[in-house]
Amino acid sequence: MAFTIEFVSPENILYSGEGTMVTARTRGGGDIAFLPGHEPFIGSLQTGEVKVTETGGDMKSFAVRGGFVSVTGEKVTVLSDLAVPVGDIDVAAARSDLAAAESALAADELDPFATADKKWAELRLTMSGTTPDS
Amino acid sequence: MPGGAERVLRRRIGSVKNTKKITRAMELIAATRVARAQQRANAARPYAEQLTGVIENLAAGGADVDHPLLRQVENPQKVCWVVCAGDRGLAGPYNSAVIRSAEREMMAHRSGGGDYKIITVGRKPKDYFTFRGYDIDASFMGFTDNPTYENAREIARRVRELFDSGEVDQVELVYTEFVSLGTQQPVVRRFLPLESTEVMAEQGGGDAAAIAGFSFEPSPEGVLEDLLPQYVEARLFAALLDAAASEHANRQRAMKAATENAEDLITKLAREMNRARQASITTEIMEIVGGAAALEEDDEVAA
Repeated sequence: MAFTIEFVSPENILYSGEGTMVTARTRGGGDIAFLPGHEPFIGSLQTGEVKVTETGGDMKSFAVRGGFVSVTGEKVTVLSDLAVPVGDIDVAAARSDLAAAESALAADELDPFATADKKWAELRLTMSGTTPDS
Repeated sequence: MPGGAERVLRRRIGSVKNTKKITRAMELIAATRVARAQQRANAARPYAEQLTGVIENLAAGGADVDHPLLRQVENPQKVCWVVCAGDRGLAGPYNSAVIRSAEREMMAHRSGGGDYKIITVGRKPKDYFTFRGYDIDASFMGFTDNPTYENAREIARRVRELFDSGEVDQVELVYTEFVSLGTQQPVVRRFLPLESTEVMAEQGGGDAAAIAGFSFEPSPEGVLEDLLPQYVEARLFAALLDAAASEHANRQRAMKAATENAEDLITKLAREMNRARQASITTEIMEIVGGAAALEEDDEVAA
């Protein structure tokens, strides 16, 4: 049994396909996996990784900057203002974002936007297989 | 001097023809850009619909929180206007229509003793309000013909700073609504505080019918808290896309009119030029005939 999976960003639909499992990390709830027939669910996502197992058994991984996941029995929709497939992560951009966020935090360590930016940059670096420090 | 008027007219026709080529090219460019802007607006629709769908489900689940973005103020004194127009002119009444409706509202508010703030999007409103001596809080420009979601985020960030800190009680969004290719109209919309979730759900027209019985994580209130900022950004982004499509549609129309005017002018000038040429030819013939007749008279006298 499979269900439809869609990643929707404000500018377009990033990904749409059939799959058998989706794993995401919700705010406060930790990792959660959805299988077809899951009860209706709406969750607020952390900046983190969302994994999709496609019908053929292929795994796809996306870095998402927050957002929501909405699940019905037949469909999983991930709404995120930024979701990047792991292969498309721009490491150089992530590095410069990290540097910018860190210098903003040095000026005001409670800046909520810079904290979020830093987390997002670190996630992209970790997921692309590089360490934030190198 | 015969031929002088003709030469002047010929040169003018040449320059009008060049102008016509330029306006025609701009018309065609604008036409393709309208199509692209409409496509982008369509591509952005699923996100807005899904977001509204989540709100519908939240409303059905009875979530309503005391979120700062929902904080209503009785009789707002400090109002912020976000004026979205273009970076460039040559778009007919597009820029001035938006600016005028913003200024009219602002005047009315100020005459009632209220205070104002202005955030401009696009170079034209910035130039206008700076020239008129208004106090501009922030201005964004350089992207109005092709806005990205990042642009909307930046603007939303500034708007929320103002609103969250209580510097303004209300935010109004002024932009041009793209009704159809033939109709665009400047509108002033209440942007912040947001309506209650029930009203948002009703107005949004999301595609999914609300299904009660969703479970929420961390909680309906928690989801709503995360969702409202996204909703603000998405609404702003939708307005920017509408404004961009309207700008191109207006420019296309203005350039079409300019091309037609150039054609009319060319016809008129060509007629004038032909008349001038005919006049000079007639004069020359009269001179030759007159000269020949005078020579004949001389011969007769000599004979």
